[in-house]
Amino acid sequence: MCGRAQYIDDMSLPRMLHGATVRSSVPRGRIVGIEFGPGIPWDEFVIVTATDIPGENEIALINHDWPCLAKDFINHPEEPIVLLAHADRHLLPKAVAAVRVQYEELPAVFTIEESERAETVVWGEDNVFKRFLLEKGDVDAAWAQADLIIEGEYRTGAQEHLYIENNGAIAQFTSAQGLTVWGSLQCPFYVHKSLVKLTGLPEEKVRIVQMETGGAFGGKEDYPSMIGAHAALLAMKAGRPVKIVYDRAEDMAATTKRHPSRTRHRTAVTRDGKLVGAEIEITLDGGAYSTLSSTVLSRATIHAGGPYYWPNIRVQAKAVATNCPPHGAFRGFGAPQSLFAIERHMDHIAESLGMAPEEVRRRNFLRPGLTTTTGQEIREALDLEKLTERALAESDYYAKRRQFARGNAESEMKKKGIGLATFLHGSGFTGSGERYLNSLVAMDITPEGKARVLVSSTEFGQGTNTILCQIAAEALGVDYEAVEMGPPDTSVVPNSGPTVASRTSMVVGKLVQSAAYGLKQTLLASELLAEEYTTEEFVTAARSYVAGHGALRAESRYNAPPGVFWDDDAYRGEAYAAYAWAVYVAEVTVDLTTCGVTVDDFVAVQEVGRVLNPVLAMGQIEGGVAQGIGWVLYENVVWRRGRMANNQMTNYIIPTSQDIPPIRVFFEEKPFGHGAYGAKGIGELPMDGPAPAILNAVAHATGKQFDAVPLLAEEMYRRMVVHEAEPEAPAL
Amino acid sequence: MARLLDVLRCELGLTGTKEGCGEGECGACSVLLNGELINSCLVPVAQADGAEIETVEGLGCDERLHAVQRAFLECGGAQCGMCTPGMLVATTHLLRKNPQPDLEAIREGLNGNLCRCTGYIRIFESVEKAARLSSEERG
Repeated sequence: MCGRAQYIDDMSLPRMLHGATVRSSVPRGRIVGIEFGPGIPWDEFVIVTATDIPGENEIALINHDWPCLAKDFINHPEEPIVLLAHADRHLLPKAVAAVRVQYEELPAVFTIEESERAETVVWGEDNVFKRFLLEKGDVDAAWAQADLIIEGEYRTGAQEHLYIENNGAIAQFTSAQGLTVWGSLQCPFYVHKSLVKLTGLPEEKVRIVQMETGGAFGGKEDYPSMIGAHAALLAMKAGRPVKIVYDRAEDMAATTKRHPSRTRHRTAVTRDGKLVGAEIEITLDGGAYSTLSSTVLSRATIHAGGPYYWPNIRVQAKAVATNCPPHGAFRGFGAPQSLFAIERHMDHIAESLGMAPEEVRRRNFLRPGLTTTTGQEIREALDLEKLTERALAESDYYAKRRQFARGNAESEMKKKGIGLATFLHGSGFTGSGERYLNSLVAMDITPEGKARVLVSSTEFGQGTNTILCQIAAEALGVDYEAVEMGPPDTSVVPNSGPTVASRTSMVVGKLVQSAAYGLKQTLLASELLAEEYTTEEFVTAARSYVAGHGALRAESRYNAPPGVFWDDDAYRGEAYAAYAWAVYVAEVTVDLTTCGVTVDDFVAVQEVGRVLNPVLAMGQIEGGVAQGIGWVLYENVVWRRGRMANNQMTNYIIPTSQDIPPIRVFFEEKPFGHGAYGAKGIGELPMDGPAPAILNAVAHATGKQFDAVPLLAEEMYRRMVVHEAEPEAPAL
Repeated sequence: MARLLDVLRCELGLTGTKEGCGEGECGACSVLLNGELINSCLVPVAQADGAEIETVEGLGCDERLHAVQRAFLECGGAQCGMCTPGMLVATTHLLRKNPQPDLEAIREGLNGNLCRCTGYIRIFESVEKAARLSSEERG
């Protein structure tokens, strides 16, 4: 609030150099030479190439294919090849431009279809990073029970995170103290793991510290391992601290984005609107390296059936390679893509049946006792009908549907529409992810007697610090002011897992709660604290305990809730310990003069367990809805031979204060027994609903079907003014 | 020539003013130059010669927070904080010109300041609250 919060670019160290990256200008090829051109005092520069890497040339994630620096081969534009450092940051752009890399270009693939054809193989044997097959019931027999078979194809484009703070890191190395990397990041231990492998240093000689982080949204989940590695390599070679902070153009061109997708649906329905079978085929464009694509794909696969009961369903999913920078984590993590498809498809089904969109959904909602596509029984008191009724009432849906039908007949140039989307979002890591993470949380007492939360879960605007302190204070029975956060520093805090997957409140919060109980029990047992106490008495007792015993610390490790088991091999079971559920309604105006779509009103009703902090929760929903509006109506990544051509804020458009409708947020609260004080995940859910709700509203307004994200004015013009036909859905 | 933004951040150590895009789109570097709201990434420092510059650091601090800062804190108008300094400066500018802005005036007054976290709703509430607090302070 006073401008004193320290972000990475606000930090400076004595004798610090600035670093920059020489990147590939071709999408695919062999490096045949690197030339350091004239006019640059090269002897003043620290220069790093792949041969300077002491350990493995790899950004450690799931597979081992993502190099830290390209050595012989280039697989996408903007791939890092050479690192430069110099004290004068103004000299760096000239130096980067003076490095000439010669390539022998190789054929490349740029679209899902080119990759699928595999005439040019750019990854593995067939360009496929990962496949999933999810099957329930007997789909092949379901077609015979159908009165109607409805097909559709749905596409979504890449999306840039556009956190306002670009990626950045500072590294410092001394042989005595080892390596320290400060950065703008979500997951300190991801960076730690990657740097241990890259440098070959022992774990205790690598320390990662998160600075204030100016937005992330998944975009600082994997990439900080890359920029952190680059700063580290330069700092180790220079023997001086090195800072690398990207400018906007480099951040947009080189770092990760949301996976583009293509989803095909083929659905068997009865005349009374019962879903009897589905065949769904999902393909994600993963970019040049596998990075996190397999896990993004898994979430997309599991969410593909939406919040509906399918007696028979088959989901075939794959992530494929193309020669563009790797796509990565972005709020929603695959779910927005597959939920967009099913929720547009449900409106197609409704139209084919001559049934109202809300009615066909109602007839197929998951209910307690029914099973999801992965065979997970709904054991919570789920009531999607009630959520839907509330959303329809708050948005005045029925009256508006009638009113718009009348108004649109009279208005030639302005068409209004209202549409809905009903959806779910699994909280926490997918499948057995949380078991593998095996998160550890600790709490201790400061010398002043304050309770301190020790986690690697980070704050980047979503309210982690407030929520976790609030949970700890509630568990300890003390005022919020008596609790503080430990530093987000891997040398101080245990690994409570990455700050992703809407897991912080529910999973990490629960561990904070039990660690807090641990502290309290120790103090009660020591008899320094009586059963009934005030905050002051707690602080005094805690201070005395620490003075007498040296320290007080309690830990808590993850245990899966009972009955939650995921079978990795069969790809079945409890995919998530809990789901958040939502119904969103969008009201739009389509202006046939400008061909623009404006969202006039947005109602977001959700059930996310207990709402721990209403202001933060509303902020999460509103922010997610705004990003969803951006994705569906404004944000268009223009690709040229695998490179983002519009890598500037000037021509990659995100919503401004004038583009956002009233966003009316409502919560139905149903405490979840295994989350901290009843909480479930919340952060990603609001990204899932806006795109389908808005395009369903556009279909209602125009009578035309738009099945691709983003819907830009050009497409509206093509379809509504020059009346080009909608593309035919190819059969599966 | 150095940009006003670089002089503020690197030479004067006033790192509260942020760089988001370097091309005048995002407003993270907003400051007031002789009372006018400008993007300091687009202003060569020579143009600021003799001018009065107000940055977020000039608004108020800690125990003496400005009404605008208090309103953003109370209403959840800041999430990651990166757009916040520019947003606070732009709000101050708006309220000086229009002490009781309606929602349309707020939307327009902040349309040069991009926020990726909040969806703006809580920022609008913050500005409304800041207007109330400021008017109470004036009595």
